[in-house]
Amino acid sequence: MSRLVRNIVGTVGVLAVCELVGRSGLVNPDQLPPPSVIGARLVEMFNDYEFSVDVVETISSWAISMVIATLFAVPLGILFGSVPMINSATSAIVEFLRPIPSVAMIPLALIAFGDSYDAKIALAVFGAVWPILFNTVHAIGDIDPVQINTAKAFNLTRRQMLTQVKLPAIAPFVLTGVRISAGIALILVVSTEVLAGSAGGLGSFITETGTGGAQMDLAIAGTFVAGVIGFAINMIFEWAQRRWVNWSDGDRAR
Amino acid sequence: MTVMEKAEKKVTPRASGTSRRRRTVEILGKWVVFAFFIAAWQLATTLAEAPYFPTPSTIGATMVDLWLSGPASQLWLSDAVFHDVVPSLLRLLGGWAAAGLVGVVLGLMLGRSEKLHDYFSPTISFLRSIPPPALLPVFLVLFPIGTPMQLATIIFGVIWPVLLNTIDGAHTLDETVVETTRSMRLSKPRFLATVVLPAALPKIFAGLRVSLSLALILMVISELVGSTNGIGYQMILAQRNFSLPEMWAGVVLLGILGYVLNVLLLAVQNRVIGWHTRSKSLTGR
Repeated sequence: MSRLVRNIVGTVGVLAVCELVGRSGLVNPDQLPPPSVIGARLVEMFNDYEFSVDVVETISSWAISMVIATLFAVPLGILFGSVPMINSATSAIVEFLRPIPSVAMIPLALIAFGDSYDAKIALAVFGAVWPILFNTVHAIGDIDPVQINTAKAFNLTRRQMLTQVKLPAIAPFVLTGVRISAGIALILVVSTEVLAGSAGGLGSFITETGTGGAQMDLAIAGTFVAGVIGFAINMIFEWAQRRWVNWSDGDRAR
Repeated sequence: MTVMEKAEKKVTPRASGTSRRRRTVEILGKWVVFAFFIAAWQLATTLAEAPYFPTPSTIGATMVDLWLSGPASQLWLSDAVFHDVVPSLLRLLGGWAAAGLVGVVLGLMLGRSEKLHDYFSPTISFLRSIPPPALLPVFLVLFPIGTPMQLATIIFGVIWPVLLNTIDGAHTLDETVVETTRSMRLSKPRFLATVVLPAALPKIFAGLRVSLSLALILMVISELVGSTNGIGYQMILAQRNFSLPEMWAGVVLLGILGYVLNVLLLAVQNRVIGWHTRSKSLTGR
């Protein structure tokens, strides 16, 4: 059997076991409906306008926070990485700020921002900044000095040095940081939505339908969609890494 | 991840006297910078008088008041420590340990069996893509509110980094080692426990560290939603009372916990797999 066949067989097997457990009476089917019921709900939900709005809202909040976090963290990381003085001064502060779990800020942000939509974006940005910042700072420090000296010997201007030497050298690491951040930002967006019903989006949908356990089929279907979004984000970044930053190893091999 | 590992490699293998002294200076310097940062924050918040940003001294006083105001017989720890902080920590560590155990055992099996891995890899990559907080409303219905529901959230959320890293570590085992042990006719369980597990340990520890910080996040969020005690529960109460210093106190406490747990795990890691970092620095790899 080829790998693909085994992938399919295994997945179908897992679903079949879930279906059997759901129908056997081992679990309360109202609380844990079998996959076939959830599948039927999924089809209905995608014809539902409000649900689509929720999905779009979650994805757009995530995208906005990622753009802000990247635009903020990459230049800052380059600055910190290039100036040793700033680097040693900030690394201590960053080291102490980073362990704070960003979800701990959710209750605070909800009060401070008043508007839960702003709070959602602010939290996701806060959580997403660290991995990008870290990876950028380390990547700058890891650039081969021979590269820099060679560029200097060719009398490259500071600007050329940045765009033609430094940025290509750090891009693979920055993209890894962005990929880690993408997962974190999604967790924070969904968390805020789950905690504050007024925040809208997929998280609020899951909370509303899940509360009391009356519409568990809808809640689990919503969770499934959240998983699909997470999965898609992962795939896109993995693809982007293969597609765009493969030169870092590819060129050396040639 | 690779970047982090590289950074560690630079720091750990230092033993001689002068470099140790330099290291002490480095650590001292860090704390001095941090003290300056706190002072600047104190100054800024005092001048700004923003209601949402209490001064560090207010937060510090609130923390002492909340957690260190108990009688001497309890080592000055207040009842809130035993009511909120201890249960939180137990759930965090319990969930993390359980997920770590299950993740390592499953990971060793899946990592050494190509077929088994093929059957389950799509399910695994889908399940780990679900943002764990999205499962909270579902778990709230499926499990009794309190510790069972929180443990379920933590275990489900943190098992993936350990599982995937263990699979990776077990999979990339040196073929010579595999052939050698085959010629020694080790039984399968013994092979996994005595050969594969030690070889996968560096990767497993990397996974455990990611999981630990994730466990802290999930502990907090599960307590914000469905709990009757814990640090997160205390923060939600503070939010309802608009008590900002108490909320900040919770944030700072969680930051300290995250920092301390990471330092402890790093110390354990150096003990257990110090041979790994040392051998790497010797061979220059």
